[in-house]
This record gives sequence, structure tokens and C-alpha cells, in this order.
Amino acid sequence: MTTPVPRRLSARTRAALAVERLASAASRRLGKGSGEMIGGKLALQVSPHALAEIGRGRPTACVSATNGKTTTTRLLARALGTLGPVRSNSGGANMPPGVLAALSKPPHNAAAALEVDEMWLPKVAREVRPRVVLLLNISRDQLDRSNETRRIAAIWRELGAELPDCTVVANVDDPLVTWAAGSWSKQVWVSVGQNWTADAMVCPQCARLLHRNETGWWSECGLARPEPIVAVTGPNEIMWFGRTIRASIGLPGRVNLGNAAMAAAAAREFGVPVEDALAAMTDLGDVQGRYQEVLLGAGSRRARMLLAKNPAGWVEMMELINSTPPRSLIVDFNSQTADGRDPSWIWDVPFERLAGRPVLVTGERKEDMSVRLAYADVPHSVHPNAEAAADAAPEPVLDVVANYTAFRDLLVRTTPAPRRPRATPALPASGGTW
Amino acid sequence: MSLFEPEPRPHRRDEERPDVTQPLYPPPGAYPADEQPPGSLVRRAPQPDDSQPLQYPPQRYAPPQIPERELFMPASPRAVPGGRLPERVPDPYERALGERRTERAEMRATRESTTRIALIYPELLGTYGDGGNATVLTQRLRWRGLAAETVSVPAGEPVPTGCDIYLLGGGEDEPQTLAAEGLRRNNAIGRAVAGGAVVLAVCAGYQVIGESFPAGGRIHEGLALIGVETRRSFDPPDAQLPPRVVGDIAIDPDPSLGLPTILGYENHGGRTRALPGVRGFPFGRVLRGVGNGVPEGTDGHVDGRVIGTYLHGPVLAQNPALADLLLTMVHGSLPRLPGPPEVDALRTARLRALQVR
Repeated sequence: MTTPVPRRLSARTRAALAVERLASAASRRLGKGSGEMIGGKLALQVSPHALAEIGRGRPTACVSATNGKTTTTRLLARALGTLGPVRSNSGGANMPPGVLAALSKPPHNAAAALEVDEMWLPKVAREVRPRVVLLLNISRDQLDRSNETRRIAAIWRELGAELPDCTVVANVDDPLVTWAAGSWSKQVWVSVGQNWTADAMVCPQCARLLHRNETGWWSECGLARPEPIVAVTGPNEIMWFGRTIRASIGLPGRVNLGNAAMAAAAAREFGVPVEDALAAMTDLGDVQGRYQEVLLGAGSRRARMLLAKNPAGWVEMMELINSTPPRSLIVDFNSQTADGRDPSWIWDVPFERLAGRPVLVTGERKEDMSVRLAYADVPHSVHPNAEAAADAAPEPVLDVVANYTAFRDLLVRTTPAPRRPRATPALPASGGTW
Repeated sequence: MSLFEPEPRPHRRDEERPDVTQPLYPPPGAYPADEQPPGSLVRRAPQPDDSQPLQYPPQRYAPPQIPERELFMPASPRAVPGGRLPERVPDPYERALGERRTERAEMRATRESTTRIALIYPELLGTYGDGGNATVLTQRLRWRGLAAETVSVPAGEPVPTGCDIYLLGGGEDEPQTLAAEGLRRNNAIGRAVAGGAVVLAVCAGYQVIGESFPAGGRIHEGLALIGVETRRSFDPPDAQLPPRVVGDIAIDPDPSLGLPTILGYENHGGRTRALPGVRGFPFGRVLRGVGNGVPEGTDGHVDGRVIGTYLHGPVLAQNPALADLLLTMVHGSLPRLPGPPEVDALRTARLRALQVR
């Protein structure tokens, strides 16, 4: 790894870092969470350019997307860890304060794997000047914030033109991402598939309808799916710069193999061989509680925790839970500010596919979810909380799909289940529905 | 050059046209034939009569010619026992395309009793879950033992005239402009309405079926199915623009509709007012939220069988009485369908949360 110039921080930024340490330590001691947000916020007030001072000149990669950024960042941090110390905002605090908190811990020349919120990516990347940026996908999320998907793609595209030394690792199966990555000086195109095409029907460049077939997508203006140099080609298989390699990282689902392929392609830009990167990614276990098993309810049922906060995420989780024999499923659904206040999007999720397993519904908007399932002809029961639902489930092992705040609250209330001796692989054998 | 060409251009002949309704993954055949893969825009559920051979050419009937658009008119002839169905009147636009179009959803043979629900441009007007309105209407017919079919009309395709109910949803500015452009070019909805079809248009769709609406800094012409106009603001030009309206909404519907409190979610920048002296009446009076954003405190507009409103939710999911009103406009009286109990629980919870009666 390159040795950056010795970092000379301004007095102001040194003070800001001291404030960050004190505030986050105080916040942790008071039991108000990990303290990243409050510490970083105060530090940025003391020294608005602290992010640039402390982030520039080190080997840095930024990860942004609607879905999968936390997991991919974690995988990337593992891969970069084969070269030396890595700093990462592993807690999921993905706005400037969280990024600053991650970078503020010494050594200040450590590599950094940074998860960045979609709307904040330009601000963070302009300050930090990353060497690599990973763009995974763009889909609808939090309707009430009017996050127009094309607007995100447009600000990413503008950003690329401003970062001449930056490589973008981008998903060719997402037309919005492809268009956004088109302006960057160097691209590494990766194919991870796109389960959810409903938010990418119109060409981001010319606003005409996109055409699709089994080999790709294209628009009449000439925008088309680029030829990928890395592609997920099977349940445990990646096409990697002209050769096929076996890959099994332990996290379930094709979506996570795609995340791993993106992370490995980014790590390659820092000189990490793909075999080393993939080896470092295995046995991640869980990511902020995702895919983790917890003990739930009075009967201590084993529940696998899955996060789905928008239609694209739900479709991914459905593919994942449908790849194993049907188990009971708890759906925990809230609509707080962090979830998006408007729960209408559940009507775009093909819940019809949940039929055939016991479904138990809970959460602050359980009635909305229940109506959706009723119209999807999915028999289900409604429970006051996830614990009661778990106790009512007919089987001792179950899946929980929760959205953002429901997931977060459930993780706080439960304890992790003891790890089972080498669980059976969650991925289907080759030749499945690929 | 435009997205919406009335005649298919050489490179868009049917045999070459990619099937945009199918997602890339999983490949065809990965799911049972009657089960739509995730992400598919075609929401057609298995039909009980699918096993029967399709008739070709399809026997379709023209919608009854109803002289005046009134809300509570006698139901269409097929709802009357022994009612006579008029001869099919070929639509000139469809006839022009007829030869080249094969296996299209709207050309699929349907029995006369199947209620056809058109979901207009879901990829443009489907940002806020309003496609759920089609699911609700379809299920409420099936639960009564009646056949229903959702015809999903992708943008760029001609809108069929022979459907019973047309649904338009919400969307962002650019897709809304595209949708209006396409719908104006092929005035199928206008002709269907003249023939007695029902329209439910939500948010951006509501603005589009009015006389004019703003998008991308310009005023666009609408379909003029109802006499309303939408602007960013009706205040004097020097006044500050009102903020975007985002939040829960409850309205007390016009008494003539015979509906209970209507619940939903609104998310729009435009303000909508009825033009002087137009037919119809506001959909309801706002109890919570903003709605049309006019001093009278109303939401939506109803003219005959055309209903426009700002309510997402989807509005029919939270308000089954409104769904049944639309179905009654098509069928005349329908067997009462209580619930489902899940909806009663939802309405109780929402009424309590919004603190309306």
C-alpha cells in the first residue's frame, strides 16, 4: 500500500478531533449509542474542512447505493484489511459526521472503506477524494422524501466529471447506475443482476422507454449495457477478467455474491488479488445484525434477521427466503421517518409469492401490511410485537423480515443465538434459477 | 421524435421489440407459467378460465353508448339479466394496427363478463404504489365470484378503449409529462369515458386528466376529462411558492357519493382548482391534510364516472367503499362484500392515528 505523506493537520482540525473523541466517548458512556453521529457533527462544526484534511491522500473507497451499501462496505473493509489497517464506518452512520468519526481514529494513513448515503456522496467524495467509488444500484426508497431516482443518478454523474483520478466500479445491470458512471474517467463494469427493474424503465439520458432482453438493456439514444469485466454467473461462480472462479462467501443469496464481486473488483484497484479478497470476506457472519440469528420471544425461537426497506430490497429477500425450504416468516413493518412515512410501496412488492408458509405480521403499521397480504391472498396472523409472533409460530426456526427502524429496535431487544456448528449452505446448488 | 409513436417504426416491429415487461432475472421459465416473477409489470393473476381455448378473433363488445355522464345511471347492459350487448364497433386506431399486433394483452380473448381494469403506464405513473388500486378492484370482484382482468398498459403502447375501469397513478414531473403526451396522442380514455367507462386518477394522474398542469417549469396540456387546472400556486406572482404537501390526509366525501371518511397519503407540489361553471363537484372536504390546496378546503373532483383525487395509500386499499362504488358504476348493484376484516382493522387504526371520527 502506498505511504501517504505525513499528515499535518491544522490546529482547528486537531481540536475538532479532540471534540469528536470526547463527545463520542461521553455519548457511549451515557448509553446513547455508538456516538459516531454526535461526535462527528460537533467536529464538523469546529472544523468544516476536517473531512478533507483527514481523508485526503489515503487509499480510500466510497460505497453508495440504495440497497446493499452496508454489506458491501463491510466486505470491502475485509478485503482491504489484507493489506493493513482499515478504517470503516461499520456502524452504518453514512453521512459526513459518521464518515468523519470513522476516519478520525488513528493511524491517519490507514486505508478507508466508507459507506456513503446516496445524496451525500458528492459532498463526501469532493472532500475525501477517494481512489475508488462503488455504485451498486438506485431504486425508490422513502417515497415521502421525493427521492427521485434520476436526480441521484444525475448528481453522481456530475461528481464523476470532477474526480479525474478516481475509478468507478459500477453495476451494468442498473441503467441509472450505468448512466451515472458514464462520465467518470475510468470504469470497472460489474454485472450483479437486477431483480427490480420497475424503477429503471425510462432511459435516464433521453427519457424514452428502455428496451430489455435476456442479454441486456439499451435505449434508442445509444445508452446501453456495457460489457462487464466481472460478472456473477452462478450461485457460487464469478466471471473474473476472463476466467471463471469459484466464490462462496458465506452470506446467503445471490445479492450478496454480487456485493462481494463489487467489493473484490474495488479491492483489485488497490492491489488485492481476488483470491485473497474473497478469502477475507468469508465468514463475515452478519452485517449490523443482517443474516444473524437471534433468540426471539419467551420460547427463545431462533430467528434469522433480514432487512428489507423498499420494493427492491423485498424482492431480494424473497429470492433469498425462497431458496431454502419454507419456514415461518415474521414481517415487522414500521413507517417512522427513517423508514419513510408513506407505506404505499408495499403494494409494489409481489407478496403473492409468500403464500405457502406461515406468515406472522407485526410492527407499527401491521394493519397496512395485513391488508396488503389479504389482497395478495396470503393467509397470515397479526401480533402486537415480534416476540408474540415468534411464540405463535408453528416452528422453532423462522425468518424475520423487518424494515429499518423495526430491524434496529428488534436487534436492540434480542440476543444473538449461539452459532450452530457449520450450518448447511444457504445457497442452492448450481443449476437453480439463474 | 417522441416516445409515443402512433405507428410502430421499422425497428420497433413486434417481432423485434424486446419484451420490456419481463425482467432480466430470472430467465423465462424459471417460474411456473401462471406466476409472475418479481418486478414484472404484468400483474395478471391466474384466471379460472385460462384452461379454456381462446377464441380468435376475440369477441369483444363495444361499451354501451351512454348519452350523458351521470354518476348513478342504470348499469351497463350486461349487468342487467338478459341485457343485450351491442355489436362490437371497431376502433379505427386499433384497426390500423390490428394486422401487426399479435398476442397482446388487450387483444386476448376475454369473456363478456370479465371486468377489464386498465392500469395506465405503471412505469411512469406507478411511483407511489397506486398500482395497488388495480389489485384491490380485481380481488374485490374475484371474492364475489366475478371474473376480472388487469390490463397493464406499458408506456408507448396504445391504450385500449374496451376496458371498464381506467386507473392512473402518481409519478414525478418528467414521467408525468411523458404520460400526458402519450395519452393525448391516443385519446382512448376520452372515448372510453364517453362510452361509459370509469376513471380513477390519483395525484399526477389527477392533474393529467384535468385541463392543464405544471411540470419542469412549464404548463402542459392535460386530457380535459374533468374541468380542473393545476398550478404550483394560485397566489399572486410575487408571493412565495407554497411548500410541497407530504403527509396523511383524511377527507369527508361529498354526501351524494354515500361513502364513509376517505383516508390516504398525499405527496404533491401542485394546487388544483375547478374551472368556473364546470360539471361535477369536489370529491370531498379535507378533514386532515391539504388536498386541492384551495381556500374551500376540498380534495379531488368528480364528474360523472371520472374521479380525480390526491390520495395515495393506495386509496382503494384503505377505502374499500370507494372501490365498491367504482365497481357498482360498472356492474350496477353488487353483492355486499364485508371487509376483509384486515381492512376494518386498518381503518380503525388509521382513524385513531389521524384523530378523525
